[in-house]
Amino acid sequence: MELEKQKLLLMYRNMLRIRRFEERLAEESARGNIPGLLHLYVGEEAVAVGACSTLRKDDYITSTHRGHGHCIAKGGDLRKMMAELFGKETGYCKGRGGSMHIAAPDIGIVGCSAIAGANIPIAAGVGLSSKLRKTDQVCISFFGDGASNTGAFHEGMNLAALWNLPVVYVLENNLYAISTPAVRSSKLRNISDRAAGYGMRAAVVDGMDALSVYEVVSDAVARARKGEGPTLVECKTYRFRGHHEGDPKKGEIYRTKQEMDEWEKRDPIIRLGEKMVKEHKAAQAELNAINQETMREIEDAVAFAKQSPSPKPEDASTYLFAS
Amino acid sequence: MSETRELDFAEAIREAIRQEMLRDKTLILMGEDVGKFGGIFGCTKGLQAEFGEERIRDTPISETAILGASIGAALTGMHCIAELEFMDFIGCPMDQIFNQMAKIRYMFGGSMNVPVVLRAPAGSRYPVACGAAQHSQSLEAWFMHVPGLKVVTPSMPYDAKGLLINAIRCGDPVLFVEHKLLYYAKRMASLRGPYPTLIQKVPEESYVIPFGKADIKRPGEDITVVATMMMVHKALRVAEELAKKGISMEVIDPRTLVPLDKQTIVESVKKTGKVVVASEDAKTAGVGAEIAAMIMEEAFDYLDAPVKRVSGLDVPIPYAPILESTVVPQERHIREAVLEVLGQKE
Repeated sequence: MELEKQKLLLMYRNMLRIRRFEERLAEESARGNIPGLLHLYVGEEAVAVGACSTLRKDDYITSTHRGHGHCIAKGGDLRKMMAELFGKETGYCKGRGGSMHIAAPDIGIVGCSAIAGANIPIAAGVGLSSKLRKTDQVCISFFGDGASNTGAFHEGMNLAALWNLPVVYVLENNLYAISTPAVRSSKLRNISDRAAGYGMRAAVVDGMDALSVYEVVSDAVARARKGEGPTLVECKTYRFRGHHEGDPKKGEIYRTKQEMDEWEKRDPIIRLGEKMVKEHKAAQAELNAINQETMREIEDAVAFAKQSPSPKPEDASTYLFAS
Repeated sequence: MSETRELDFAEAIREAIRQEMLRDKTLILMGEDVGKFGGIFGCTKGLQAEFGEERIRDTPISETAILGASIGAALTGMHCIAELEFMDFIGCPMDQIFNQMAKIRYMFGGSMNVPVVLRAPAGSRYPVACGAAQHSQSLEAWFMHVPGLKVVTPSMPYDAKGLLINAIRCGDPVLFVEHKLLYYAKRMASLRGPYPTLIQKVPEESYVIPFGKADIKRPGEDITVVATMMMVHKALRVAEELAKKGISMEVIDPRTLVPLDKQTIVESVKKTGKVVVASEDAKTAGVGAEIAAMIMEEAFDYLDAPVKRVSGLDVPIPYAPILESTVVPQERHIREAVLEVLGQKE
């Protein structure tokens, strides 16, 4: 699949935005500026960007506790995201949600849930809504290898297939559920083999290659849009940092240094950048400029977050009910 | 002119759903056996024939998916009624209820509403049928403890219709608890006899009963009995009997546990100085505990006697009728509690 230069540059930019955003978060967290837990997405950027680049603004996503990447890839505003992580009133959720709970209905981010697997059946409902309202909107539901072992996965997948719903399930298999290797949680090497049991299409893709993810998810989204039902896309990927910031030695307790080094050599951002330069889609100087712009954008987001007001204690009960 | 007919609880529920389906094209209902079968208690009878399979949706036995799909659809432009066959099954989709549905609006800073009504048939069916440990429970107190849910517990057909219509329209997640014994009134003369309030005149036109407004089902002067669902009917029968002994019992039905109409209860306590709280759930940390504690905080100075709870024993619901009627509070338990608080003997 040949993508035009502007699309490739945007994908590169969005991957870099995720990376720089999270690197800065780690720094701010170490300085004590982030009040909550961080589950960083560093290393997995090709999945979020490859998948979300296939969507329209009015399409939907659901996400997880490790959701910064998905939200940025879907068009999330860095200022509002950073402010949310700082616990400020100007954040996407007015400081009520934090890192694990960002939602932005105006750009189709139906929400991030910190309960593994919970959004799998919710995404089916989003697809049902599109179908009943007779729009052609598609929902991508991101979740991990860990979530694939929940009962919610089973019920959600079965319902989405049974009702032929316009949902693309993007399974980010990063090989570990916190410390437990995927091979200790399932006998299957490809978790997506389970799709056959639901009568659902499946694909396996290199999750370190944004273009491969884009190609496979594009096809799944197109089918969903045409009314051909859901697909389970398993992306083989890896998180370069620990389960959360503070995971000792980035997880070297349960995975080897050698394994971590080998995956880091497959850095998805470097890979896309090198490919673009090699194929004359972009000059290195252009990529460097994108990096500089991204750094400024992050700087601006942090300044915005720091200057923003905190929620007021007397408003602790607001937003509970609509009526 | 509006038609007023006599409906039982199930008919009132069905009429509310039907009228809202006609009014709101985004409203759908899903659950197990809700289609041709009409729901195991008949509350959706005829609705699939009228509104089609897309809007009245039969599901697999997948309570997590029923709730999840309802939530997802509700977040993106639909209104949903999710039906559980028995409230006892509510543990299966529990995460969707207390972590997702209840929290979404707040944790997302009010950016989205979750218009889902979860209908849950609860309670003991003694003496109609013995459901035993996993088809008889009253679990509404669990959900009073979850911020973000509204908990509605109607006792009568008129209330059921108006409260269900409000639940559908209010834009928030609502747990709508339906006591199963209330469904059987038209089918069983043996229930209609002692509890004539199970069947009521219900206006044909649509109407809304707001949440957080208790209803004084019987005014009285000597003692307040706050009762929920089937216990309202039992309390009314006790009130009728005790009236013959010159005791004037006020029966208050909160109708919604969240939000709770504290004011009506407190005003009654100021008048009577004595309270019994009657609910069918297990006693410990139950509905009665919450209402009693609220009365302590809000009306302690007006109490002439300690608040007394009438509730289920802290054991699973047993199968044998003689055990079930011991564990589940009956009229005799209300009567004994009222007389005790009044300091009177039989």
